[in-house]
Amino acid sequence: MTSTGTWTHKDFISIEDITRDELEILFKLASSFKQTLGRSQKKLPSLRGKTLVNLFMEPSTRTRVSFEIAASRLSADSIFISASASSLVKGETLRDTARNIVALNADLLVMRHSAPGSSLYLSKIIDIPVINAGDGAHAHPTQALLDCFTLRERWGSDFSGKKVTILGDILFSRVARSNIWALQKLGAKVTLVGPSTLVPEYFSAMGVEVSHDLKRALVDTDALMLLRIQHERQTSTHFPSLREYTSMFGLNAMRASWLKPGTIIMHPGPINRGVEIDSKLADSDHSVILEQVTNGIICRMAVLYLCASAVNPVSREEVI
Amino acid sequence: MRERRESRFQGGGNLVAMSKVLWISGGRVIDPANNRDESGDVFAVDGRVVSSLSEEQKSAARRIDAGGLVVCPGFVDIHVHLREPGQTHKENIASGTRAAAAGGFTTVVCMPNTEPPADNAGTIQFIKDAIARDAVVNVYPTGCITVGRQGERLAPTGSLKRAGVVAITDDGDCVQNNEIMRRAVEYAKMFDICVMDHCQDAALTEGSVMNEGANSIRFGLGGWPNSAEDIIVSRNVILSSYSGAHIHLQHITSAYAVDIIRRAKQRGIRITAEASPHHISLTDDLLKTYDVNYKMNPPLRTEEDRQALISGLLDGTLDCIATDHAPHTDYEKDREFDYAPFGIIGLETALAVCLQTLVVAGKCDLPFLVSLLTNKPAKVLKLDAGTLSPGAMADITIFDPEREWTANPDDYQSRSVNSPWNGQQLRGKVAQTIVAGEIVWSGESASKMA
Ligand SMILES: [Zn+2]
Repeated sequence: MTSTGTWTHKDFISIEDITRDELEILFKLASSFKQTLGRSQKKLPSLRGKTLVNLFMEPSTRTRVSFEIAASRLSADSIFISASASSLVKGETLRDTARNIVALNADLLVMRHSAPGSSLYLSKIIDIPVINAGDGAHAHPTQALLDCFTLRERWGSDFSGKKVTILGDILFSRVARSNIWALQKLGAKVTLVGPSTLVPEYFSAMGVEVSHDLKRALVDTDALMLLRIQHERQTSTHFPSLREYTSMFGLNAMRASWLKPGTIIMHPGPINRGVEIDSKLADSDHSVILEQVTNGIICRMAVLYLCASAVNPVSREEVI
Repeated sequence: MRERRESRFQGGGNLVAMSKVLWISGGRVIDPANNRDESGDVFAVDGRVVSSLSEEQKSAARRIDAGGLVVCPGFVDIHVHLREPGQTHKENIASGTRAAAAGGFTTVVCMPNTEPPADNAGTIQFIKDAIARDAVVNVYPTGCITVGRQGERLAPTGSLKRAGVVAITDDGDCVQNNEIMRRAVEYAKMFDICVMDHCQDAALTEGSVMNEGANSIRFGLGGWPNSAEDIIVSRNVILSSYSGAHIHLQHITSAYAVDIIRRAKQRGIRITAEASPHHISLTDDLLKTYDVNYKMNPPLRTEEDRQALISGLLDGTLDCIATDHAPHTDYEKDREFDYAPFGIIGLETALAVCLQTLVVAGKCDLPFLVSLLTNKPAKVLKLDAGTLSPGAMADITIFDPEREWTANPDDYQSRSVNSPWNGQQLRGKVAQTIVAGEIVWSGESASKMA
């Protein structure tokens, strides 16, 4: 039996808008899903008859599949619409696309989009829940949920006294931004580390410490989140080369030896083996990378369930 | 000026019914060009200001009671986009000049980033024909600095001047190549024509949609550094210093740029500059909602920058206020923030916004604000406007600085409604706008063209 407590959000756009109590509601629901489902493929009837649309304006296999599995475990149907298949490529606006989706009797909309703020924009246009599956560099709130859920399983619900270091391309990372909000709301101290061009000082206004000294950042950290480094168009002027990045900031065995025993190593995937992390380390006991994937499904189930019930209250008996 | 009379009298069809004698009585007359601030009367005969009326003229005069109102020269805006030719779904000369009239502006200078760009005498003539036919206020065109606004080859500045432009600018874009800009200002100097520059280093602003800083980091939006403006402002100061050419810096937003301009002026360099009502009143904190009506080029900056702009206006570093009225339709603007076009309309809200930001906030008195909207912008481009001196054209604005009103998009005269003040309660409203002695706006309804 699970209570939805005081969850009132129709949409799930950004961790910044979520209180610590609301995070607790999410985590408790995710825990109960995890206990009930275990590793089985059992389904819950909670969202039976509901249709979830995955609108992916930017490609992402893992987040999409995770939402599809989450929907299926709650007995919802899901439909996938990609940018190339949608009318948007024919010049239809996002507003019109979204209204058409609503007219098809969709009950929930999950969107991935390259433009920051686009999920918020959509949530103001349509009445059904909008769940942000990543909007540009702004937010990826369900990723932060699953990261924090994974840490919470080890640390308990209070992260006070814990230090989490996020390493890599913070500037273009929605995962980093969502984790900065979530980790701090849960009580952790957050340090960002990486090249000065990818970790600008402006981040300190979000309450975090900004560092370019990898050793100092690693020695006392309790968890280390690695971010994928890309050397593509948007970052091409920000650092010289992947090789230079790896030599200055890549996590190798020597640098991993600076970590305290038991430090948790996380990565939102997909991993660039040999760039941000040595291949062996990615597979080591420190690493919880695969567990993150599993927890992603139950955290997304919790979000879908709560947002759907904020619009159409579901009786408690239907849950679990 | 020749073009001005042409535009007024060629379009004289709407002026036939005007009273020949106008008597505006009992207002607070503010005429900064003449250091005048007193309660009194303003008179006009046959479209020109006169110092007094004969008894006979008084009995024949059309009389306007301006009791409790401010009577001042019509406002002058040296930076508006009227979108004609080529983008008349956003605005045209008829609608844009009605918006100007509603905002108390009797003279506007329109930018050449039309379609096609106004980079040749033929397009300028097309614009002048439209002005003569449709404009309800004075409109002066500008021409491009470079062909097609591409920044590569000089447009024919001499022919453009002969065709009637009052300045050249590639506004919307900035000439990136320093050699081209150097030659442009040297060449323009020969014709004594001002080069207006939109100061933006393009390489520093690729993918930029808002001010770079703590807020762009938090919102995940592409940051637009102040340095993109500061570097081009410095470049222009240097080019003006070497050439002696007059360069006008459009819509300044950065505190550092204000400082560069201040020091250039102390050294006697021929630089002028403007600030917009939105940059002196709003900051980038507002982008938290991703409201596209806060997306403009250059972007809203920080409180520190905003205060520096106000200080710059107060000490004369920045010469005037200009709206950068930039209409876009709702369907163009209503997009994901990254994809929405830059720009907001500003003519109809400028007075109220500036009153609040400068006068109500205690930064300056009313005559000083009026000067920023009248004789000072006119002086930048040596326009025959912005004063109530006897013999001047009777372009007069009458406004109520206390009148509260709601900025309702349904009431805008502009064809577009892309304003951050939509729905907001504002204070200070134009009661009547008079062009060459003819009332073109009287409170609620614009004078409609035939
Ligand atoms: Zn401009």
